Amino acid sequence: MATAEFSPVQDTQRPLAIEARGLVKRFDSTLAVDGVDISIPAGAIYGILGPNGAGKTTTLRMLLGIIDPDDGYRRVLGADDPQDVARRIGYLPEERVLYPSMKCYEAIAFMGALRGLPLPEGRERGKELLEAHGLGHAIDKQIRQLSKGMAQTVQLLGTLVHEPKLVVFDEPFSGLDAINQGKLEVLIRGLADKGTTVIFSTHVIAHAERLCEGIAIIAGGKVPFAGRVDDARDRIPAQVRLETRNSDGPWRAALPTDARRVGDFWNFALPESGVEPLLKALIEGDAGIQSLSIERAGLHDAFVAIAGEAAARDMVTQDTGDSA
Amino acid sequence: MSQSAVRDGGRLSMWRAAWVIARRDFTAILLSKTFIFFLLGPLFPVVVMGLAGGVGAQVQSEASVADVGIAMQSEDVDAMLAAHRELSTQIRGSLPPMVDLKRLAPGESFDARSVLEEGEGSLAAIVTGTLDAPVLTATQGRVARWQGTVGLIAGHARDGVSRTYPPVSTAVVGTSGAAENSGRLRTAQGGQVLLFLLIMLLASMVLSNLVEEKGNKIIEVLAAAVPMDAVFMGKLFAMLGVSVVGIAVWGSTGAAILYAGGQSLSDFANPGVGWPIFFALFALYFAMGYLLLGSIFLAVGSLAATVREVQTLSMPATMFQILVFFFASLAVTDRGGVIEYTAMAFPLSSPFAMVARAAAEEELWPHLLALGWQALWVAIFIHAGATLFRKRVMQSGPRGAVRSSPLKALSGMFRNSSTPSA
Repeated sequence: MATAEFSPVQDTQRPLAIEARGLVKRFDSTLAVDGVDISIPAGAIYGILGPNGAGKTTTLRMLLGIIDPDDGYRRVLGADDPQDVARRIGYLPEERVLYPSMKCYEAIAFMGALRGLPLPEGRERGKELLEAHGLGHAIDKQIRQLSKGMAQTVQLLGTLVHEPKLVVFDEPFSGLDAINQGKLEVLIRGLADKGTTVIFSTHVIAHAERLCEGIAIIAGGKVPFAGRVDDARDRIPAQVRLETRNSDGPWRAALPTDARRVGDFWNFALPESGVEPLLKALIEGDAGIQSLSIERAGLHDAFVAIAGEAAARDMVTQDTGDSA
Repeated sequence: MSQSAVRDGGRLSMWRAAWVIARRDFTAILLSKTFIFFLLGPLFPVVVMGLAGGVGAQVQSEASVADVGIAMQSEDVDAMLAAHRELSTQIRGSLPPMVDLKRLAPGESFDARSVLEEGEGSLAAIVTGTLDAPVLTATQGRVARWQGTVGLIAGHARDGVSRTYPPVSTAVVGTSGAAENSGRLRTAQGGQVLLFLLIMLLASMVLSNLVEEKGNKIIEVLAAAVPMDAVFMGKLFAMLGVSVVGIAVWGSTGAAILYAGGQSLSDFANPGVGWPIFFALFALYFAMGYLLLGSIFLAVGSLAATVREVQTLSMPATMFQILVFFFASLAVTDRGGVIEYTAMAFPLSSPFAMVARAAAEEELWPHLLALGWQALWVAIFIHAGATLFRKRVMQSGPRGAVRSSPLKALSGMFRNSSTPSA
């Protein structure tokens, strides 16, 4: 059942904010999530990567206790039932919605009240947060009077108003322009600096690569990889980029059979024997090395290698379509 | 940032979470511009009640049969009843029912006035005296209506072929058992209709509210923070609070109109339990009826993803409730019969039947029993509705979600299933 490969973040002895084992969720006859294992240390920024329909939101909903798994267990902030620690969790769903008739600071206070923050205190904090994020002029405006971006900011502030220890964002960058994506990245880093655990789902690999300490790759309801970003990259060998003066010669025998020529360059995976035997063979074979670089695989390449070309194509398409 | 109540990190209690939801819904509805339309809502039921008058009149004609009692010497009673039977075959429908009230011994007197004023039974008038000099005792209206009829029957009873009719003396009383019953019946019917319309109006509103929040996904924000049962309870009780405001406004307006028109409650037939208790019971039965139906409607709302699906699914529920209402109305005509007891026992018709009973009967203990019974069913309905709500309300996810059909949802309502999302 549990097909996921479990690779917890192992570089620290930090306690786990979330630990899930063998989570399964069926919807009628559809197996939406099939044995998800995830371990997320406290204070980490953790990404859940996968194309639409992969099971990201369903996994997040199970972790938050919105829906219950059919099988497996989850432990969130030390509690078996996430609802027991709901007051220490903040959640921003993919669909950004607030009550249109509410004033901005009231909307923030209401979201805080849902998490146990007394309403008067929530109102005060709401006003402070709006001022701090450049929305002081909108404090008394109704949500319906705001632009989409401003309303998204208000909901984000409502997610954070009660100072949660665990924040879960579902596709937080979706629909934001480049400037606001950058601001959100700064905010996420700031939360992590203060010790808050941040989890977000995304189909934009670049965000995860820039922000995350650990990731889980979800495809078809399974998690083929969960662990540190560096470990994901290490799943595929480093890439060699070679330019030679001579186009042919005995040195060609030193290249792997799957080496591809793109323009003036040869691209191929670094052989398991390492770089020294390769260099020796190229020199002795009179390649006339013009340039040679060895690059560590990017997260996108790792994603392709782990989740497959089809899943990666969906990610690329969505990245182009959704992200500004 | 200061320390706050969130520092303990536990979950909100069910009631506190429900209170957060209810407070938001309540203030949002009350402060909305459309709330004025809600307050104007009772204008429309007035029209509906007018249209439904035919049905009501029919029920009333069935239920408020007013008898004319005969209290004469034995042979006169027999003659009157025989004449009544004979004439009834020729002029059916025009004669009021006549009953053998008392057979008097020679020289025995009978106080028809006090019997009528005691208000027992369904007596509308009493004929005393002799066949040659009958005396009709009744209220002013009935004396005018039946004086000739009694003369006709008495004349026929005295001599079946004669075309002479004895003069009928009259005695007017202020009220009678039939008059009181008729007034109480109108109060019972009015109470039932008002209860029904209020409940249907509010149940529909709470349903619309839920579907809107399901559609725009606010429900996910709520579901992530508090138990779904609390969301369910909060929404239900918020609308109950709104309705209390509405009833207070409508009640005050109605009282003001009555007062301005120079009328008071004493001008209307006194309900069996008296006006203060009747109002209190009405409020309680309204709350019970609303919670019962509202929980059903919320459960229906959790099965539907769109307004169209809601309309489709709520139609059977609405039609069923109308049937229940008519059933309870029918119970008014069968006081003490199987229909009335069935209507009082069946949870959904019980509030209607009991409101009618409060108008018609004096005893209070059946209301305590009924309220306990209804409270039990409210608890059962709310729990069942909340369970279904929790299982189904996260039915649809963000874009690309697969959605089950409502029928599929109904068939799987007792399975722990919902629908996948990205």
